[in-house]
Amino acid sequence: MESEELENKARKIRIDVIRSLAEAGSGHLGGSLGLADIFTALYFFLLKHDPKNPVWPDRDRLILSIGHVAPVYYASLAHAGYFPVEELLTLRKLGSRLQGHPGRDHGLPGIELSAGSLGQGLSVAVGMALAGKIDQKNYLVCSVHGDGELQEGSIWEAAMSASHHKLDNLIAIVDRNKVQIDGPTSDVMEIEPLADKWKSFGWQVFQCNGNSTPDFISTFQEARKTFGKPSVIIAKTQMGKGILEIEGDYRWHGKAPSKEEAKKFIALLDRQGFSQEN
Amino acid sequence: MFELKEMKPTRFGFGEGLCGLGRQYENVLALGADITSSVSMDFFKKEFPDRFFSFGIAEQNIVGVAAGLALSGKVPFMSTYGVFAALRTTDQIRVSVCYNNVNVKIGGAHVGISVGPDGATHQALEDIAVMRVLPNMTVLSPCDATQTRLATIAAYEQVDGPVYIRFGREAVPNFTPPDMDFRVGKAQVFREGGDCTIVATGHLTWEALKAAEQLQQEGISVRVVNLHTIKPIDEALLIACARETGAIVTAEEHQIFGGMGSAVAEVLAKNYPVPIEFIGMDDSFGESGQPTELMEKYKMTSTHIAMACRKVIKRKSDFKLKI
Ligand SMILES: [Mg+2]
Repeated sequence: MESEELENKARKIRIDVIRSLAEAGSGHLGGSLGLADIFTALYFFLLKHDPKNPVWPDRDRLILSIGHVAPVYYASLAHAGYFPVEELLTLRKLGSRLQGHPGRDHGLPGIELSAGSLGQGLSVAVGMALAGKIDQKNYLVCSVHGDGELQEGSIWEAAMSASHHKLDNLIAIVDRNKVQIDGPTSDVMEIEPLADKWKSFGWQVFQCNGNSTPDFISTFQEARKTFGKPSVIIAKTQMGKGILEIEGDYRWHGKAPSKEEAKKFIALLDRQGFSQEN
Repeated sequence: MFELKEMKPTRFGFGEGLCGLGRQYENVLALGADITSSVSMDFFKKEFPDRFFSFGIAEQNIVGVAAGLALSGKVPFMSTYGVFAALRTTDQIRVSVCYNNVNVKIGGAHVGISVGPDGATHQALEDIAVMRVLPNMTVLSPCDATQTRLATIAAYEQVDGPVYIRFGREAVPNFTPPDMDFRVGKAQVFREGGDCTIVATGHLTWEALKAAEQLQQEGISVRVVNLHTIKPIDEALLIACARETGAIVTAEEHQIFGGMGSAVAEVLAKNYPVPIEFIGMDDSFGESGQPTELMEKYKMTSTHIAMACRKVIKRKSDFKLKI
């Protein structure tokens, strides 16, 4: 996909994130919008995967450690062809395959891990990357984390073990939007100097603008070449990206838009699409 | 049928079972949490250095790593002291292992007060309660070293999903025949009797057999059941014992609240209520001391089990008189 097509895809994914959350009436809008560009780049350009064969043994694995941004995960999987886009409207409803936080037991294709309790996904990604080394496979394991999530101690246990076992088939992505539920990360619990922390744990550190698909793509491709140690991409993003009036506002972390807000936000994104396409 | 052959720590059975599995199945891996020789994982490490991975003193991470390996077709065994294996890691076991329903095998070592001088911090007395409450988890608590070997093998061969296997540090009586059948979920009648049933788990099964022997001298006939699988529990056998003997004593080296005895009481309260007495830790922490001194102080010996039998049989007859 060309970069403009990717931007357009990210816009459509944002629209579906908003639609599904408005329909659900609860859920996490801010982080899902902020990650739309990264997820688009991953599912439509970077990852080796096959929506027709979700359990293809050689596929790259994406582990979503922050289960609360499930809406952007689901919208990306649906647009990639894992299941019908209209199913997104069942999000968080009784009997749905789209659980509030991803649950494999409900049978949604493409879900690698049931997750939602913060701090666990990196360990699982380490296990998958280690299995890849044991089996001499070429697949990549890519995990997605929040910046607030890095306050969990188990993340650093996992970080230590990934470099100890030289897992260069592992890339962790940190959604560095600098906010969490209670407010700015620096107020709630400072995680800086973040690049130095990862470096001192034996990781190759990359930084990029996570809301620029070209920047993220070139950074990811660079990270993929790392030899002998795991890589982390600290991707600067904005919570609520794409909807100017909510960008950077931590109050949108755990909130769903009302039906009226959704209509307004979608109209805004539609207009962006119109100007993009003309 | 049951003779004391030797004194042997049950953890050795775990180590032997793990090595046996390693020889037979390529996808069996072991994850070390620093104390590999304490939990008898060092034999596997020596024999299969390419399939042993060290993860240090970081139990929460090991559980998640195990889940990731299992999601990739491996069958990882991890083991450390039960207090850390089951309790420090409970949320990781709940979500990454049980909710994902993956093939991870967890060895809870050095359980119970019989770990002795290390004291309360290292005496796992809550692990059964916490592990058995988790959906998809199988909980095994074998009675001696021989059976621990069989349980370890069964955890791989008979269960496609999470398993917690409980074993101890101290040398305890090794008394079951090595060719004895082990079916997950199938409790074993080790001695027949009609006046009451002792349902025991772990090395207290040997104490239960001793108690039954003592009581026979007094003309009391006691059945002994070895409940090596606490979950899924053998409801049919427990109900039959309640119906046929009319009284139950449970015996475990674990808190009474939430433990094996509670699991038995849940089954019987619903299906066939009879008087029950519980041998176990009575809502307190342990302390330092020699294992035998501690078992005596906290009332978990054959003598205490025999006392509980007399009491429950009396309750049974009082109960009948009232009706
Ligand atoms: Mg954040």
